[in-house]
Amino acid sequence: MNWQFFLEVLVGGLLAGVMYSLVALGFVLIYKASGVFNFAQGAMVFFAALTFVSLVERGFGFWVAFLITFGAMVVFGVATERVVLRPLVNQPPITLFMATIGLTFVLEGLSQLLWGSQPHGLELGIEDMPLEWLSQNAGINVSQFDLFAALVAGILVSGLALFFQKTRIGRALRAVADDHQAALAVGIPLQQIWAIVWTVAGFVALVSGLLWGARNGVQFSLTFTALKALPVLILGGFESVAGAIVGGLIIGASEKLAEIYIPEFLNAPLTEAMGVSVNLAGLEIWFPYALALAFLLIRPEGLFGEKHIDRV
Amino acid sequence: MSDGRNIGEVILNLEGISLAFGGVNALQDISFDVREHEVRAIIGPNGAGKSSMLNVINGVYHPQKGVITFHGQTRRNMDTHAAAAQGIGRTFQNIALFKGMSVLDNLMTGRNLKMKCNFLQQALYWGPARREELEHRRKIEEVIDFLEIEHIRKTPVGRLPYGLQKRVELGRALAAEPSMLLLDEPMAGMNVEEKQDMCRFILDVNDEFGTTIVLIEHDMGVVMDISDRVVVLDYGRKIADGTPDEVKSNQAVIDAYLGVAH
Amino acid sequence: MLYRDAGQFKDTYAADQQIFPIRQDRIGITLVLLFAFLVVPVIGNQYWLSAILIPFLISALAALGLNILTGYAGQLSLGTAAFMAVGAFAAYNFVLRVPGMPILVSFVLAGIMAALVGIVFGLPSLRIKGFYLAVATLAAQFFVVWALTKFGWFSNFSSSGVISAQTVVILGYPFDTPVRKYLMVLTIVVLMALAAKNMVRSSIGRAWMAVRDMDVAAGVIGIRLMHTKLLAFAVSSFYCGVAGALYAYGYIGTVEPEAFNLDLSFRVLFMIIIGGVGSILGSFFGAAFITFLPILLNTYAEPFAQAIGLQLPAGMVSNLELIIFGALIIFFLIVEPLGLARMWQIAKEKMRLWPFPH
Repeated sequence: MNWQFFLEVLVGGLLAGVMYSLVALGFVLIYKASGVFNFAQGAMVFFAALTFVSLVERGFGFWVAFLITFGAMVVFGVATERVVLRPLVNQPPITLFMATIGLTFVLEGLSQLLWGSQPHGLELGIEDMPLEWLSQNAGINVSQFDLFAALVAGILVSGLALFFQKTRIGRALRAVADDHQAALAVGIPLQQIWAIVWTVAGFVALVSGLLWGARNGVQFSLTFTALKALPVLILGGFESVAGAIVGGLIIGASEKLAEIYIPEFLNAPLTEAMGVSVNLAGLEIWFPYALALAFLLIRPEGLFGEKHIDRV
Repeated sequence: MSDGRNIGEVILNLEGISLAFGGVNALQDISFDVREHEVRAIIGPNGAGKSSMLNVINGVYHPQKGVITFHGQTRRNMDTHAAAAQGIGRTFQNIALFKGMSVLDNLMTGRNLKMKCNFLQQALYWGPARREELEHRRKIEEVIDFLEIEHIRKTPVGRLPYGLQKRVELGRALAAEPSMLLLDEPMAGMNVEEKQDMCRFILDVNDEFGTTIVLIEHDMGVVMDISDRVVVLDYGRKIADGTPDEVKSNQAVIDAYLGVAH
Repeated sequence: MLYRDAGQFKDTYAADQQIFPIRQDRIGITLVLLFAFLVVPVIGNQYWLSAILIPFLISALAALGLNILTGYAGQLSLGTAAFMAVGAFAAYNFVLRVPGMPILVSFVLAGIMAALVGIVFGLPSLRIKGFYLAVATLAAQFFVVWALTKFGWFSNFSSSGVISAQTVVILGYPFDTPVRKYLMVLTIVVLMALAAKNMVRSSIGRAWMAVRDMDVAAGVIGIRLMHTKLLAFAVSSFYCGVAGALYAYGYIGTVEPEAFNLDLSFRVLFMIIIGGVGSILGSFFGAAFITFLPILLNTYAEPFAQAIGLQLPAGMVSNLELIIFGALIIFFLIVEPLGLARMWQIAKEKMRLWPFPH
């Protein structure tokens, strides 16, 4: 086995995992604050990336486009709170979940209605090239774009952590996450908090959309990539920011390793054993889900989630 | 109290039951027994572990220590299905009816264990499956008669007032024709009239069907009136056990209820 | 007045427990069935039968399957299309590989194969609930489509996994025209809908609803959760599997695994949300709605836009469709979570008195 190559695959996977973590982070924020499992997070990533890239193509500068897109995400967040969440307050979580599936369709349709459905390339000015210093000194190829993405993700996560730990809004948010009714009773404006959380999740979606878009192009399949955040959440638990990050890294790394090594090691023996040609290539489509499922059976509450006791 | 009724042998015996959630000890080394046909009350302040006790008896919670003997069968843990199959019925503190179903369907669900047709026969709804449905419907109508809820048979339970929901929940438990009923605060939140009705139903069940009753209740008047023996729990420990009069005069019980200056 | 049930007294429990206890409902359903079986084959043209009614019936069957699992047993699934795919490919392989296999038997076996796959992916439901389970069914969705594409055996080594359904012959009688296909699909769907209705009004249906409404209480009255949930997965997947087989044999003819993608799963989910969660009739309402809406949009959006002087960009209609579907889902969840079936019920209750105010 080629250890240098293994290491490259592993590091590549971990860095891709950072991107999953970013999308998962958006899910966790909303789940913590409102108990809503926001299926539309992937569509938000797509919407943000498509809006940004379309603005840039129409001659806006990076920061102008960034601000306008962020503004659109704010509008979207506030509108969602008004139109979807507020009338559904106190409904069972599964109803809210299905509502966000509806939201996903609205957002996907809206994005393509506004900006068309052709794929776009996105340049952030950092090339997807191996970092020369590492290639020369350690003999490992690690993309400098991936490193940049990891750095951005790191900054974003620390920023959010500070925001939630140190500010008044953050404290209110943690109170809301703990118990809606109690938070309302002590005078925390629930609706305002939800609007803020959706806005922050929109910001996270924007950042992840830019990074994902720059890596894989801005196209509809982005929404599927974002679905990979679901197994990440199952691994990490829905309520833990740390879990989202660790889960993302695990999913990213194991997915890349499985993609490369499982077909390599299992195709031949399986072909021999079953008598027909077996090709396991492409299993990364479902592998993260299967991994997460297997994990669920062992530890249903996730890596960092809290064990839940049914009281009757 | 036990005039005319035959209090029988011990049918349920709990020995050294301890239950903990994480670091919290809900029950510590609790032993008591229940005799056939008696009304056995479990009382104690909030958080004393009364509901947990019932949950242990019918297998919702699994204690870490202790053994349960029911009808001569000794085991570490009950499981809910075995408990139901052996004739233990149950109502809950916060009503646990099936909200999306009608009163009739809720009661019929209570008889599920007694229905033997498989899903293929039921899909055809012909012959045995149809006969079975009708036969159990007749039984259910008896329960409906008994609890005087004829007028709400077809109403979805979610639309009923609280007192009636409590009654339907009792009906669902009765539908299974249990030999032992675990009632978790059957009269909580009721007005005087509703309480009287519920008391009457419980005593009638005990009298007419000979059903053994294990009951948690906060209304001391009711407890002292209808129960044969009382267990008192406090902070997950048993502090007293005996007839209502014995318990009433027990110093530990008075301290637990009124608080005591240390 | 039209829908007055006064004076219809039930003097036996049997009369009270019929499928349709109210006389007007019995007359109504009889008329609908007579129309569907006798009139539609005569007046329906090929476009109506093949492009509208057959897909509507097949969708309704799939929706019925999902409704059993999600609406009655309360287990959310995002993998409906995967179970349909299993049904389609299983039927194809049974007919292909077993000489003399009667087609109807292959449909049943296809349903059973789908049921077995359903049980496997239903196993996590014993440990997990709600959206965790939704993620598990997503795994089924991606895995099944991948496996059918990757392993050539399933499609008899055709390129990119496409299968072509063999001609349907039942008792020497070929079902090859739109009318005949329509009658075959209609018969199967009606019989299975009847069976579903019977199950949900029997003890198994009550057990499903009990698990949905409050699983702890269901366990306490002696319902075996594992058995009940897995049976829901099996029966539901059986329905979806037969729907998949009909999709290949009664509708499209030539199918690839990609046809059973996540989008189809969502469509079926939308059908039950709009039609009515936990309602057999609702499955049909929802299927009709989701089948007809795109056709209406395609037929009328373009002429309408031209009439007011607009030029619709390409792909506009399909995006509009996404937005409308999504918005409708949110609308129904907020305004009428029990969907069209509940609205129909309310309308009927109004009709008991109409036109009098009291």
